[in-house]
Amino acid sequence: MNIFSLIGKYFLFIKKVFSKPASLSVFYRSFLNEVFVLGVSSIGFVAFVSLFVGAVVTLQIAYNLENPLLPSYLIGLATRDSIILEFSPTMISLILAGKMGSNIASTIGTMRVTEQIDALEMMGINSASYLVLPKILALVFFNPVLITFSMFLAIIGGWFFGDITGLCSTTEFLDGVQYFFIPFNIFYAYIKTVFFALIISTLPAFYGYFTKGGALEVGQASTKGVVNSSILIIIFNYLITQLLLN
Amino acid sequence: MIEVKNIFKKFGDNLVLNNVSATFFPGKINLIIGRSGSGKTVAIKSMLGLHKIDSGSISFDKRNFSSMSKTEQQNIRKEIGMVFQGGALFDSKTIEENLMVPLIMFSSMTKEEMKHRINFCLKRVNLENVNNFFPADLSGGMQKRVAIARSIVLKPKYLFCDEPNSGLDPYTATVIDELLKEITYEYNITTVINTHDMNSVMQIGDRIIFIKKGQKKWEGSRNQIMNSDNKDLNKFVFASEIFRRLKELS
Repeated sequence: MNIFSLIGKYFLFIKKVFSKPASLSVFYRSFLNEVFVLGVSSIGFVAFVSLFVGAVVTLQIAYNLENPLLPSYLIGLATRDSIILEFSPTMISLILAGKMGSNIASTIGTMRVTEQIDALEMMGINSASYLVLPKILALVFFNPVLITFSMFLAIIGGWFFGDITGLCSTTEFLDGVQYFFIPFNIFYAYIKTVFFALIISTLPAFYGYFTKGGALEVGQASTKGVVNSSILIIIFNYLITQLLLN
Repeated sequence: MIEVKNIFKKFGDNLVLNNVSATFFPGKINLIIGRSGSGKTVAIKSMLGLHKIDSGSISFDKRNFSSMSKTEQQNIRKEIGMVFQGGALFDSKTIEENLMVPLIMFSSMTKEEMKHRINFCLKRVNLENVNNFFPADLSGGMQKRVAIARSIVLKPKYLFCDEPNSGLDPYTATVIDELLKEITYEYNITTVINTHDMNSVMQIGDRIIFIKKGQKKWEGSRNQIMNSDNKDLNKFVFASEIFRRLKELS
């Protein structure tokens, strides 16, 4: 299948997904379930990664700013900007693309090869909307929460490890974190997060939904979903940055 | 009544259904038989719109299904029950939730009425006290019975079954056959079953269509099968020693 027909098929799939749910109460229950299955279950993982990467970012910045002419509060400032602008929205989204994307593609792919999707269609249910729309909205709603949590914990990690290793005192770090803060950066991070949430939810769902065959093909769909979501996240990261920060 | 007229279906260059026509009557068990890969499943899925046919027409009680829009087809599907080869139960939902899905989506019943209907359908397929089990907790035969219960929960006018006996032991297969027969006669459903199980053919087949390489080769009743001189049909039906002996005896 060439790239243009693949893109066309993807947008037709999206059109099918974004149709009015047949039952709002069923949709609401599925949405809450997906928030827990995909979102809340990722909190621990995101917390762990954010704390340690926040610490590493601080240590690396401190290592690169080892110059008596440069004030130590710059460590806090650079850590804050690295985390808000890039690490939390982009790197955490890439990590979530692996965790959530493989879950979405394999769940939907397995439903396809075991004829569960055909069974939904046979009941007169729009299977794409029934299965995928709650996942998309759950991620669009909950990923900004996860990213906010990640920003907070990464800065805490940076401060904590910077302080206990003696590279940057608490006062200097906190001064840096508050110095020349640009609120638009947070808005930029959320815009990216929402775009990435759409990619993480729709692309693996697309590959899962059109799986043909058996277990091997479900695995392949899952891999394609994660790899292509990651590639699109990197491309959109550049495009959104070019549009919003230049 | 379901009428299939001159349907063709190709996958790439492979012609899977070649000018198939048939009529399926209400209150009867209509069987589509044939070897694996003969086009039985494609025929059934084409009738349901899960595969788009290349030409021909399919109508449900004079309503031309193949020329309808997707939305109109969805509405017809609410009148259809389907039992898939593997059961196709939603494995993340309990048995009760599996049966609840079509009721929540398309009925205006209260929760109590839904539970009552679910228990009735489960009892009808001889299953009780399994409401809170997950499909993986049940045997293959029980899963098939749950699938039948789910297919009749909305009181369908048409029932399709894709190899309902596959993977079951002979006794359980007979139980499933009997159940499908009872339900068909009791509710006057137009039932279409794909099978290559000759026991089913001889036990429940009111009207039988034999397909070979995507073409209809024979049509008749189970009594006519024994005396048919159709070579392809005889090669398929009397492939086993036991059925050859049965033919000699008859």
